[in-house]
Amino acid sequence: MIQLNTIHESPVTRRKLVIIGNGMAGARMAEDILAADPNHDFDIVMFGDEPYGNYNRILLSHVLNGSQEPQEIFLNPLAWYEENQITLHAGKRVTKIDRENKIVYADDVAEEYDVLIFATGSRPFVPPIQGTTLHGVFVFRTIDDCRNIAEYAKDCKSAIVIGGGLLGLEAAKGLMTHNVSVTVVEMGPWLMAVQLDEAGGKVLQQTIEKLGITALTSASTKELLGHTTVTGVKFADGREVAADMVVISAGIRPNKELAAEHGIVCDRAILVDDQLRTSDTSIYGVGECVQHRGMVYGLVAPIWEQTKALAQLLTGKNPQARYVGSKLATKLKVMGVELASMGRISDVKPTDEVVTFAEPGRQVYWKAIVRDGKVSACCMLGDLEPADQLVDYFMNDTPAPSRRLELFFGSGTKAQGADFSLADMPDDKQICDCNGVSKKTICDAIRAGKCTVPAVGKATRAGTGCGSCKTLVKGLIEAVNGEVKAEPSESWYVTAVPMDKPTLVAEVKIRELKSVSAVLRELGTADDEKSKNGLASMLKSIWGTEYIDERDARYINDRVHANIQKDGTFSVIPRIYGGITSADDLIKIGQVAKKYDVRMVKFTGGQRIDLLGIKKDDLPKVWADLGMPSGYAYTKALRTVKTCVGTEFCRYGTNDSTALGIALEKKFQGFEFPAKVKLGVSGCPRNCSESTVKDIGIVASDGGDWDILVGGAAGASVRKTDLLCRVKTQEEAIRVVGRFMIYYRDNAKWIERTYDFVPRIGIEKIRDIIVNNSLGIVEDLDREVEKTIAAYVDPWLERNNPVYAGQFEDVKTVPLPMVTV
Amino acid sequence: MQTSTQTRLALCQIDDLPVGLGRSFEVGETPIAVFRTRAGKVFATDAFCPHKGGPLADGMLAGDQVVCPYHAFRFDSQTGECDQANVCAIATYPIDVAADGGVFITV
Repeated sequence: MIQLNTIHESPVTRRKLVIIGNGMAGARMAEDILAADPNHDFDIVMFGDEPYGNYNRILLSHVLNGSQEPQEIFLNPLAWYEENQITLHAGKRVTKIDRENKIVYADDVAEEYDVLIFATGSRPFVPPIQGTTLHGVFVFRTIDDCRNIAEYAKDCKSAIVIGGGLLGLEAAKGLMTHNVSVTVVEMGPWLMAVQLDEAGGKVLQQTIEKLGITALTSASTKELLGHTTVTGVKFADGREVAADMVVISAGIRPNKELAAEHGIVCDRAILVDDQLRTSDTSIYGVGECVQHRGMVYGLVAPIWEQTKALAQLLTGKNPQARYVGSKLATKLKVMGVELASMGRISDVKPTDEVVTFAEPGRQVYWKAIVRDGKVSACCMLGDLEPADQLVDYFMNDTPAPSRRLELFFGSGTKAQGADFSLADMPDDKQICDCNGVSKKTICDAIRAGKCTVPAVGKATRAGTGCGSCKTLVKGLIEAVNGEVKAEPSESWYVTAVPMDKPTLVAEVKIRELKSVSAVLRELGTADDEKSKNGLASMLKSIWGTEYIDERDARYINDRVHANIQKDGTFSVIPRIYGGITSADDLIKIGQVAKKYDVRMVKFTGGQRIDLLGIKKDDLPKVWADLGMPSGYAYTKALRTVKTCVGTEFCRYGTNDSTALGIALEKKFQGFEFPAKVKLGVSGCPRNCSESTVKDIGIVASDGGDWDILVGGAAGASVRKTDLLCRVKTQEEAIRVVGRFMIYYRDNAKWIERTYDFVPRIGIEKIRDIIVNNSLGIVEDLDREVEKTIAAYVDPWLERNNPVYAGQFEDVKTVPLPMVTV
Repeated sequence: MQTSTQTRLALCQIDDLPVGLGRSFEVGETPIAVFRTRAGKVFATDAFCPHKGGPLADGMLAGDQVVCPYHAFRFDSQTGECDQANVCAIATYPIDVAADGGVFITV
């Protein structure tokens, strides 16, 4: 009676809201209603299956592994319901709904309603196989399941988890803490099929296997074995695996039966519209039990969006509120593996672009799907560094950067540009990977007055390795000091001679300086090894056969024509023109590898064969036995010409890429440059030899012409080539390439790769000079090509006549004299 | 009782040392790198860089410094000190060249 009076005294018409379900969706629904309706216009009644208040199901595995007590994961204790005047019928199951009179019945309770909300959630799917009722078989869904599993696991040595999804892996992780050896069985071909693609699933599998969990994929469970207690699992292929207990985590099924029985339209789940209304306008639905625009969600984020929209609508706070579906972007941690998932990664159309990055050594795998210029799905595993950026692109429908790799690496694969904040970088972040120099070390040096890139390099070594971090160092100087001091030495060709390259070349010619020591003696202000290397390269191109070749101006690789390795041995890569070899040559290489006990025989990225671990003493013998010319893989010269099979074999080929590749490599072998030069020739626009990231790439067009591309890179820096010109014939292609090579050789700074040189000069200017002959020098360039070809001698012929004492000797042994006492 | 004895012994002839470069020796069981600068100075150091074991005789000379071929750490020909603060110095060995071109090391 008292309560009746209260209702009548209320200033507005009170309505009665009944929520079926007291899980995360139901309880959140009540909270959102309370928040949107501070005057309490609704009387709220809730029914919950479980005899508790609601709890955070996401934390169940913590209860299973003992890191949290059950009471810690409760969201709303029973007192909360009282405080908010919510009537909770805990442990009571709704069995009947009288839609006409708007009454729900549960056991011995009946409640009238104005508004009814289904938040019945879902239940674990138990596959229809024999043995699921055996003792020792569990599902993993509720707090009671957790307790029962943990209790039972105490007496078990082995457990099988059926289902390799998120929940299954959580269960496996929980079981591990009970000293049970766990096998995860997944019916699909890989783990976490909802969040990951195949490659990602495989990476995850390797990672969890390292933790000691066995994972079986493509394993369809046929039967649970045992008489009264489970003893193992039998698979469809007849295999049996023994186990003391089985946890089934094979997905969830929406609890739609109550709704369906009462005539509410259902498909896979209860159907709702954008106002979250079912087919009965007084009845709504939220959470895992509903299907909205074809989607059934099993994560909390969409549920929060649904309950919020419905609360706004029902309380009248925002009658226009609508739920239009959720974009799913989640970051999870499964067994210590960080994972981010956005959209549906398995949804790939033929027109989509797929961008992937993998780093198997660290179990890192990133994949993004770009549809109509926007990120439609993404999964990331192992390292979530760019995940926030991807979430932004995905959630806000931001157009993806035209250089797709910027999705993962910001706009600064080379320069770490605009999107990348140096200030936000942690102090211990390594800037120079070659020398292991941290941001803090560099910033300390800058604060101590080192305000040029070379000064920082001298103080900290940063930027003195491969040099690819110099832009970052420059950025740090700008950030710390405000500006980078002008550094005159930056324009010098080498640091030991204070002149830019044109001045230096002119001086060298006037004074007829033909050796490195002569240049240093007459023009130098210092003496360092890098300057000597640079001068040697330059003098050789100026003087050709007149050059006085002093071997102490060469780096070890250039002295012994092989690449030094970390253990003092060398690698030998013979030239394989155009990446095409023969059975006889392969046999010969194999025999040499055996004879000299070669520790590793490796195919290089440039379609050649690398013999690693050769002692210096053996180099001349290995070269003699191979009988092949040097591949120049150790020096700043023409390296490889990578080809595809082109018209010779490929059914798509439009021109003869192998013939051109071989011709280029034969013609230009031994050409030395300020930095290495790699070529690629592709026989059709599909570009299988990746010519667009080579220093010089040649790609056959659909019509069979050749596009000459320059300035590409795919190493520490990544750059797509620029189109220099299109030519008709192989001869023209070779001529243009030769002219570009000489122009680059004579105008680039020391160690300046084409990917820096081409943008520095500008492709238009280069095209004017090389193609349109704007300077009138192309005949000179052609002559220079012929001169350089004439000067070519295979350096491996030095095997017969070493040019200095001990050139091919590891160590000279000098015995101690016998001591007489 | 132990005594440390220093031994001076013949290593090679001066022409066995390439100009401006180094050469590896194993004197008894001690690996040693011997260098001959373009200016005519001869000196000897430990054979391996204390950083990552780079073979110093395969390095280059920058003035009177040896530059390791692996990561370009520099060591002084006289003191053996490294140009990097936290890399320890290498040992150097007395060496002398006789009038007939014989090179002697004292170990």
